[in-house]
Amino acid sequence: MDAFPAGLTEPARLVITGTLLMGASGLPGLFLKKSPTEGQLCAALLVVLGSLMGLFGALATILTEQTATYTLASTLPFGPCAIGIDPLSAFFLIPVCIVAACCAVYGTGYWPAAQHPRTAPRLSFFFGLLAASLALLPLARDGVLFLVFWEVMALAAFFALATEDWNREVRDAAKIYLVVTHIGTLALFATFSLLRTGGDSFAFPGAATLDGTGPLATAIFLTALFGCGMKAGMMPLHIWLPGAHASAPSHVSAIMSGIIIKMGIYGLVRILSFYDTVPAWWGIVLLAAGIVSSILGVAFAVGQHDLKRLLAYHSIENIGIIVMGIGVALIGRAIDMPGLVLLGMAGALLHVLNHALFKSLLFLGAGAVIHDAGTREIDRLGGLGRRMPWTAALFLTGAVAICGLPPLNGFVSEYLIYLGFFSGVVSGKGAAVPLLGLAAPALAMVGGLAVLCFVKVFGTVFLGLPRTTEAAACHEPGWAMRGPMVFLAILCAMIGLAPVALPRFLEPALFTWNPQLAFAGEGLADAAPLGWVTILGALLVLMALGIGIVIRQRLQAAPRGTTGTWDCGFARPTTRMQYTASSFAEMLVKLFAGVLRPKSHQPEVRSLFPVGGTFASHVPEAVLELVITPLLTAADRRLSLARRLQHGQLHLYILYIFVTLAILLAWAY
Amino acid sequence: MTDAVIHILLTLLMPPLLLGIIGKTKALFAGRVGAPILQPYYDLAKLLRKGSVFSDTTTWVFQAGPVVTLAATLTASFLIPLGEHRAPLSFSGDMVLFAYLFGLARFCTTAAALDTGSSFEGMGAAREATFACLAEPALFFSLAVLARLSGSLSLTPMLTGTVATSWLNSGASILLLGGSLFIVLLVENCRVPFDDPTTHLELTMIHEVMVLDHSGPLFGVILYGAAVKLFVLGALFTDIALPYATGITLVDWGLFIVAMLMLAIGIGVVESVMARLRIVKVPQMLAAACILAAFSLLLVLR
Repeated sequence: MDAFPAGLTEPARLVITGTLLMGASGLPGLFLKKSPTEGQLCAALLVVLGSLMGLFGALATILTEQTATYTLASTLPFGPCAIGIDPLSAFFLIPVCIVAACCAVYGTGYWPAAQHPRTAPRLSFFFGLLAASLALLPLARDGVLFLVFWEVMALAAFFALATEDWNREVRDAAKIYLVVTHIGTLALFATFSLLRTGGDSFAFPGAATLDGTGPLATAIFLTALFGCGMKAGMMPLHIWLPGAHASAPSHVSAIMSGIIIKMGIYGLVRILSFYDTVPAWWGIVLLAAGIVSSILGVAFAVGQHDLKRLLAYHSIENIGIIVMGIGVALIGRAIDMPGLVLLGMAGALLHVLNHALFKSLLFLGAGAVIHDAGTREIDRLGGLGRRMPWTAALFLTGAVAICGLPPLNGFVSEYLIYLGFFSGVVSGKGAAVPLLGLAAPALAMVGGLAVLCFVKVFGTVFLGLPRTTEAAACHEPGWAMRGPMVFLAILCAMIGLAPVALPRFLEPALFTWNPQLAFAGEGLADAAPLGWVTILGALLVLMALGIGIVIRQRLQAAPRGTTGTWDCGFARPTTRMQYTASSFAEMLVKLFAGVLRPKSHQPEVRSLFPVGGTFASHVPEAVLELVITPLLTAADRRLSLARRLQHGQLHLYILYIFVTLAILLAWAY
Repeated sequence: MTDAVIHILLTLLMPPLLLGIIGKTKALFAGRVGAPILQPYYDLAKLLRKGSVFSDTTTWVFQAGPVVTLAATLTASFLIPLGEHRAPLSFSGDMVLFAYLFGLARFCTTAAALDTGSSFEGMGAAREATFACLAEPALFFSLAVLARLSGSLSLTPMLTGTVATSWLNSGASILLLGGSLFIVLLVENCRVPFDDPTTHLELTMIHEVMVLDHSGPLFGVILYGAAVKLFVLGALFTDIALPYATGITLVDWGLFIVAMLMLAIGIGVVESVMARLRIVKVPQMLAAACILAAFSLLLVLR
């Protein structure tokens, strides 16, 4: 271990060794052409091992509140590179490690190398690279290294996402993802270049060292919001997200939705931590953006009937909730209310962790269904609860958690954010108060819509009777797929039922984000009585058990019969006549028709004896199809002259490079 | 301590009485004698002793749904102050838990309805879930107003003590708030003009159609849970509408009971004199409730 300098303390060493293991996990598989299964198992094992090391390192960093920074003495033109770990980075490492390990294990069952000998080694390799870059990104301590990891993450995700590259839909989604992610990266180039003005290196400034007023800070904030918002999938920058999440293999979707988009949040949180005083409008912008993102995200989700696209839109909703929390924290800093900062930021950070857990649980559950049924169409499934009781119960756990309902973890983070809203309404002052007053009902509406959406999904997929023969033939997946889901569900229940332990993990991260909070004297436990959540959660569970036992006895004491569902007197019902997901959502989609722009195709009834017809309804990706694509098509027409520059002749490209060099040289001297 | 015991006893025992009073009021309006006021108790006792019939489509979700719904509603009842008496449990942010427990109840009821695979029950579940999306914002606007007026983040201080002064100081906003909460009360409890609890077979049903396939003790649990929900949300409304208190504990409990009975009569009157709205009108009415509460918030933030 002498390779590591003495300045690097123990937890950081663990984390970095772990990330190296993860990064190298796919390498053996690339050479074990003869036995792909061993290669895949080896990769999964290495990712799990690396994740465990990373997780222990991260937890140790948080519990000991250590900060370690390590500078690579490099001769790169953009200055020395710095890697470090502090509680804020460590907090983001926790979901990275948990989800990466779960997805790696799940992948061995979902995409077995025995069935996919050509793609599995490649997928394992890029998955390992992706996991490593995700774990390294929060460790970057200067702009250049941050962008390097950011780019590795983006490209590794691109290749993992495009695993099924023979499928046109997958290729299109991957292409959109690649373009959009680079537009976001471009914005971050601007952010870090602007951050450098005034300093002489790209190294990150310390927490609360910069002044947030003035045009420079405004430019940095806006470019960071654009770049990170694009990665995070905030509405309306989300256009890449639904297609990409739907097209990737399910465990890659899980890590994309659970972790990759959170790196956008991490970037935003880290950049915001540099500022000492922030103007109130930053918070207002974030809060408003969060409200828009969460309501529209969930409204679009309600209209979907592709299981994974639907979950993808819920990521947009949850990113909105996280951004709302950050907005509350910034408003609290602007109007000098440490309570708001604590509640908003704690809610946002906890929701990052919670969403990573329940969303990857849901994607893995969806994967188990898709793996067997061979379709993502919700309306072609049904009745799976009988044939896959484990998957059904686990998916239900994830569904209740994502709706923010007690007694699971989603409630705890939304509770903190709500407390932030209400404290702001009670004792806040200034222009932000009306928006905080509006945010609470908005979040309540998001909760209501999420319940609608997940009742729809759970009811249509797992309850009732199978609508097709494929759905009727589904069976429970093996333990390689079930185990990770069970683990994630247990974590969801633990955070939901015992949130009292959370301040111990959240506070160091909060204090790293804004050191002034540590001096304000107020802890998270004072601001939010999380012990009561435990008490009421326990009360709820005990009461349900008690009533359940009594009712069970009554049911056993009396005669019990079985018959078919009441069929309204109709003699020949078929399973296709069950209420579909589209019908379930129809009323709400009509209410939101102004934004969702639903399209439907229905047969026209002409004569007394109409012939057979088909009906189809569909909620398109409105921003992409109605705004971006027409815009780009118009630009394409107008700018066709410029395309002559891009002609594919290599010697002219070399000329371009030469001319650029000459201009740069002339500018430099 | 005595207050907590009375609170729990009232919450457990009184809810079916409200249904009886509503029924009796409606009967009197229609010129009938009507069922005895205690009829809901007899019904519950009968249902608990009866056998049940299950659809062969259903799974454990169908049985767990009503049980969790009742447990969530009863848990929420611990958080609501009755009249001028503190709730047994009260903490900062309990109103969020209060609202979300009803969300959990709704999740379970609608999931249990879908477990039958019947289009009929699917339709009811879809309506219940859709209307709740519009009722929730109205409730949270109202909670924000109450939080601002009382300067607190918990239901007990919001609804006890300060409401009477708020009526004097910002009467207009409390009036708007009360109107909004009354609409929320009617829609959440599936009363006329949003839903008709007396029939099963109309296509405009919401709640009754969701529980068509339940029978026996589980159906009893559903009926009792609905009554408790009416009681709890009714208490939220009467706490605001009738904030009068004498300071003598037993008299105040009496006042609270009278207020609840008056509310039941009021609901009975509304159900007798109004027709059910067409289903497309319901969202408009709920949007009106949101707007009322939003105006109320605007007035207190001014």
